[in-house]
Amino acid sequence: MSTETEHRPGVRPARPREEATVRPTAPRHRDPLPYVLLAPAVLALALALGYPLVRQLVLSFQEFGLAQQFGRAPEWVGLDNYRALLTDAYLWRVTGRTIAFCLVNATLTMLLGVGLALVMRSMSRGVRLLAQTGLLLAWAMPVVASLTVWQWLFDTQYGVVNYLLTALGADYEGHGWLLRPLSFFFVATVVVVWMSVPFVAFTVYAALTQLPEELEEAAEIDGATAWQRLTSIILPTVRPVLLVVALLQVIWDLRVFTQVYILQEAGGSARGTNLLGTYIYRLGIGGGDFGTSAAVAVFMLALTVVLTAPYVRAMLRQERQA
Amino acid sequence: MSSTPSRPVRWAANTVGVVAFVLAAFPVYWMVNSSFLDRNQIRNPVPTWVPFGGDLDNFRTVFETDQFVSAMRTSLMVTGLTLVVALTFAFVAAVAVSRFRFRGRISFVVTLLVIQMIPAEGLFISQYKMLEATDLLNTVVGLTVVYVAGVLPFTIWTLRGFVEGVPYELEEAAMMDGCTRTQAFFRITFPLLAPGLVATGVFGFIQAWNEFTLALVVMTREDHRTLPLWLSTFTDVNRGTDWGGIMAGSTLIAVPVIVFFLVVQGRMASGLTAGAVKG
Repeated sequence: MSTETEHRPGVRPARPREEATVRPTAPRHRDPLPYVLLAPAVLALALALGYPLVRQLVLSFQEFGLAQQFGRAPEWVGLDNYRALLTDAYLWRVTGRTIAFCLVNATLTMLLGVGLALVMRSMSRGVRLLAQTGLLLAWAMPVVASLTVWQWLFDTQYGVVNYLLTALGADYEGHGWLLRPLSFFFVATVVVVWMSVPFVAFTVYAALTQLPEELEEAAEIDGATAWQRLTSIILPTVRPVLLVVALLQVIWDLRVFTQVYILQEAGGSARGTNLLGTYIYRLGIGGGDFGTSAAVAVFMLALTVVLTAPYVRAMLRQERQA
Repeated sequence: MSSTPSRPVRWAANTVGVVAFVLAAFPVYWMVNSSFLDRNQIRNPVPTWVPFGGDLDNFRTVFETDQFVSAMRTSLMVTGLTLVVALTFAFVAAVAVSRFRFRGRISFVVTLLVIQMIPAEGLFISQYKMLEATDLLNTVVGLTVVYVAGVLPFTIWTLRGFVEGVPYELEEAAMMDGCTRTQAFFRITFPLLAPGLVATGVFGFIQAWNEFTLALVVMTREDHRTLPLWLSTFTDVNRGTDWGGIMAGSTLIAVPVIVFFLVVQGRMASGLTAGAVKG
């Protein structure tokens, strides 16, 4: 499910010898069989994704509010929804918030994940296994279950976090974490980073194990410091993996919905903490203003396209070469 | 450095490892721990760190609420239906993409990649309207339709890797021995794909089982909630929240997923290497 992609496994099936396995089995011209085989999948995707995509675009040019809900025909309003939105300071606040949240989370996740992957190489076998087990547990937790647990950990009265902070001498007795936007986002960030670090750590660690050892040893003999080895040998070698992982983080963190929605329901102020995803939901399903909400959705799709264009281009190139 | 770290380096790295373990695993531990605690232990400003003297009351309470049972039923039906449909569609599509060369093949594969980048949050308004217009809101079929489309791209992509992992030469050899193409495929390639199908199926299961956003949009009626929805609404009543019950519910939802996940991680890898070795 596209919303749950945070949990996507790092395991990518290897495709050895694509040239050899994909056979030109259809020298008979226009063999209909492959098209027949593709038809169910194509139809399902067209029906449940393609049609809504088009519909959304249409909807964004219409006035579709409560009156239309009760049977009035939607009215064409051209770019009015967009004009209203783009001149609304609130949209820009939400957009800025979404991008900031995305960048902070992606950066933290990358720093912690890559750092852990690097440090894992120097751990004793047992400790490494221990750390990996912990990461696997965090990775495998369903989003909603993790959110519930974190809410419980940050609970105002009985939360362990407040207990520990108070025990350490800080005044956190009865502290409500979700009340103010800043600390609301702090909790959201903790949850998102906690559940995304494992994927990064495992993927980058796997890439690091492919690193030829001689290279590093040679550099060490030549007197390179640890930092020099890191920046001029290790990181450049795993660069392709780092890029892909970082871009995936950006995509996933840009569309954070579940985390923010559930925390809002648990006591955060929705207006002060909306990201684009929750804003679309609250405008449309919650508020019945489907036209404007569709316009925000189109805006969000465009934003995603712009921010991921380099990634898509890189993948296209790869696919053509294959 | 990776072969023989000096003693202080190893010591520091091990410390980081232990800290990482604690931070990563603690919430999971806390969920399970709290699910065994009784009301007084839960509502105590001083946390109970180990569930000594704990019991199964919270689990009993959860099973006794109608909403959990109905949510479980809905989740099982939607997940099961999604899996059967998505795996069937994805399997034939994966075969088409990896065993045939045809016009539009590359575009299809690229589309699969691009689709995965569309945020669900950017589409659910019109998906909602579509299901509303066809009277499919609050139905298992309605949710399944959007889930199948959500699971398909990744499923096709993964299965394609597995099909390509089985060398076509094996099928060719079988055809030389007198099998038809279809026979060759089902006798030779299909059995070798079993681990791939299982692994992909479990991942599809995990995705559909955990999905929240679309369920929230499509299943608006209380008695049609899926498990994640049930869990999230359990908490929004802040006064008198039954944290023990919620943690028991979370544990019931999470543990099967964690177990499946751990099993499939290995399967996925072994399935892949099996495909590679047999070539």
